[in-house]
Amino acid sequence: MHRRACALAILATGFMAGPASAYMAYVSNEKDNTMSVVDTTTMQVVKTVNVGQRPRGITISHDGKHIYLCASDDDSIEVIDTASLEIVDTLPSGPDPELFVLSPDGKTLYVANEDDNLVTVIDIEGKKVLAEIPVGVEPEGMGVSPDGKTMVNTSETTNMAHFIDTSTHEITDNVLVDARPRFVEFTPDGKQAWVSAEIGGTVSVIDNQTREVIRKITFEISGLRAESIQPVGVRITADGKKAYVALGPANRVAVINTQTYEVEKYVLVGQRVWQLAFTPDQKTIISTNGVSNDITFIDVATDEPVQSVTVGALPWGVVVSPN
Amino acid sequence: MRDRTFSGPNTDIRSVAIPASRHATKADATSPLSGFDKFCRSVKLMMGTLTSRRSDNNRTLAQERVILSMTSAVPGTLAAFLCFFSLTVNVPGALAQEATGGQPAAAAKPEKKLTEIKIGYLRAYAPQLALSVLDVPPRDEGVAGGNVAIADNNTTGSFLGQKFSLDVTEVKPDADVVPAFQEMIARGDRYVVADVSVKQLLSIADLARDNGVLIFNAGATDDSLREEECRANIFHTIPTRSMLADGLAQYLIWKQWRRWVLIYGSHERDQLFAEALRRAATRFGGEIVGEKLFEDTGTARRTDSGVVQIQRQMPVFTQDLPEHDVLLVADESEVFGTYVPFRTWTPRPVAGTAGLTPSAWHPASEQWGGTQIQNRFAKANGRRMMSKDMAAWTAVRILGEAATRTQGADPRKMADFIRSDDFSIAAFKGQKLTFRKWNQQLRQPIFLGDGRSVVSTSPQEGFLHQVSELDTLGVDEPETKCVLK
Repeated sequence: MHRRACALAILATGFMAGPASAYMAYVSNEKDNTMSVVDTTTMQVVKTVNVGQRPRGITISHDGKHIYLCASDDDSIEVIDTASLEIVDTLPSGPDPELFVLSPDGKTLYVANEDDNLVTVIDIEGKKVLAEIPVGVEPEGMGVSPDGKTMVNTSETTNMAHFIDTSTHEITDNVLVDARPRFVEFTPDGKQAWVSAEIGGTVSVIDNQTREVIRKITFEISGLRAESIQPVGVRITADGKKAYVALGPANRVAVINTQTYEVEKYVLVGQRVWQLAFTPDQKTIISTNGVSNDITFIDVATDEPVQSVTVGALPWGVVVSPN
Repeated sequence: MRDRTFSGPNTDIRSVAIPASRHATKADATSPLSGFDKFCRSVKLMMGTLTSRRSDNNRTLAQERVILSMTSAVPGTLAAFLCFFSLTVNVPGALAQEATGGQPAAAAKPEKKLTEIKIGYLRAYAPQLALSVLDVPPRDEGVAGGNVAIADNNTTGSFLGQKFSLDVTEVKPDADVVPAFQEMIARGDRYVVADVSVKQLLSIADLARDNGVLIFNAGATDDSLREEECRANIFHTIPTRSMLADGLAQYLIWKQWRRWVLIYGSHERDQLFAEALRRAATRFGGEIVGEKLFEDTGTARRTDSGVVQIQRQMPVFTQDLPEHDVLLVADESEVFGTYVPFRTWTPRPVAGTAGLTPSAWHPASEQWGGTQIQNRFAKANGRRMMSKDMAAWTAVRILGEAATRTQGADPRKMADFIRSDDFSIAAFKGQKLTFRKWNQQLRQPIFLGDGRSVVSTSPQEGFLHQVSELDTLGVDEPETKCVLK
């Protein structure tokens, strides 16, 4: 049944796919050890790929040929060929990789190893560990500046953003943020790092020059308890004007004006919204909604939810092909 | 009132200078450390908040010393501490490569000192038996959680020049704890995690207050400690019996299993839990249709042929109970509770201290990042994490958080922070935890589980509260008898 449905979906895609913007979104499903492949034009699942155990962090090479996937319970990073959708390689990751970030030159992966208070630096080409950097307790969020010079890791129990010089692999600054920092996103100009704090319920905007918190963004949704607003994934538009923040069990994505730091809208998506990814044309942002087992397409121009699509069990991360 | 409570001498702050030579020797001896030394050097302390506080002219001498110890930190000596930290992690050769861009700001700083934060752990312990050998409390129950939190605090402290240590003192459960506590004060403990009886805790409460000692109760679930006998210098990280009973009751009501019978033991603590269950029934609309006392006649807990007898006795004991949905058990003393499930006259679920059990933590909880603390705990201790371990972990982490946020070790500042609206702690329970201001009990969700897995967590959906849904568990502000003193 399942296979037939997939075949039908693929067939349907063949007919329906638009010529220019047929991007593929890849969603890691934490609970059922799969990756859903979703056509962003038809908004349909075209394939479900079996991957390693507890897939979470997911990213893609700049040429769009390889997906990198953290298989947390297998202590490895799987490399998936986007043409064949088969696992073609694994990278050494250190124990329990959860989230990572690809360097702007596409050569290096910076991986947060939750269990060992380490950030592992991996040379993709040589498939080797370049460095292991001791950081705070429960490293999680990973971000890299657009110039590739600075990498930021957040540690969830230490409650700090650790700024790391990528040339020396040394921590240069430790910035205190609110409880359980989960995600780091640099602004496109590299001037700010935005850090979400899940339990603190805030997003700290850190000046990348002074390495100080210059603004703390809070959220308020009428009818919702403050405790249920738990910011996780953060994405900022390429023009730097709008930031999107996934609010976890608040089931909403906040849209923030990056000039005023004001929340301009809360977009209702699915349950326990976790991570976000833009399509390369920046027309759409996709959220993964863990508890409702779906992803939501949001129109970036109107900030209206367009459609939700059921994927695998507990969708965690999402990345969209660059071409 | 509060200020007076902490007017004791602030002698807990030890600014320990580590001779630079010691650091140098260590670094030279092991080659990877020399690279790590550079890593240590580059750690720039977060001094913003502290610097701004320097204009405050109401500083005590002790506060002055903290500030001094923090601002005059030399990277080299911080590194000495960090290098100790490095022994526990694998520092690869790559890290030892020459650093190109140093941190001039950090390198220019003069002398570095570590701020030591000593935490005492006072514990009443004697080996205990249980009906099931699986339920015998581990030798280091609670302490193990405290130690994991010390390691967590030290990882964070390595970035801030703070070093935490845990100093465990054990007494017998019925012993006089005053001499032991006096020794702890003499050793300089200004923060004490306590896992002792109500009587023992109350016997040291005034002594603690007069010496500016903050106590974190991580063992006693007695409501009286948060009510009639509450104290301004005692915080509670372990939930009360009423919180546990309310957490269980909410779930039973959510299931629409409303008619309960209650079997309770003959010891004081069994009766206290039975009372909490009765209160929960009234509160949430459950009905206790029948009650029965199970008298402890002093039989051995385990005998070779015990199973045969129990299989015959328990059905008879439960035969005359009125029709019910759930059979509640209150047997903290481990006299009969484990023998109730599957042995009742009518086939009914069992809950309370046996069957579905409410707790502060569950050894199988993996939600809300729980996997991480569970892995960390199991790796360090070779066993699963239990409720008392979590209560002690939380207490020590609260002190770590207070030291981080106040950038020092001044007990008064730390206490003020813990009492302030800014305070919250993340403890793998899905939301931030805060203290109830009226009695200093930590608000927290309650886990409901059997021996294998988590069945649910309370508060349950639909139990609403104007302040925090967590306040639907336990004694709420309008009902409290506590006057903090």
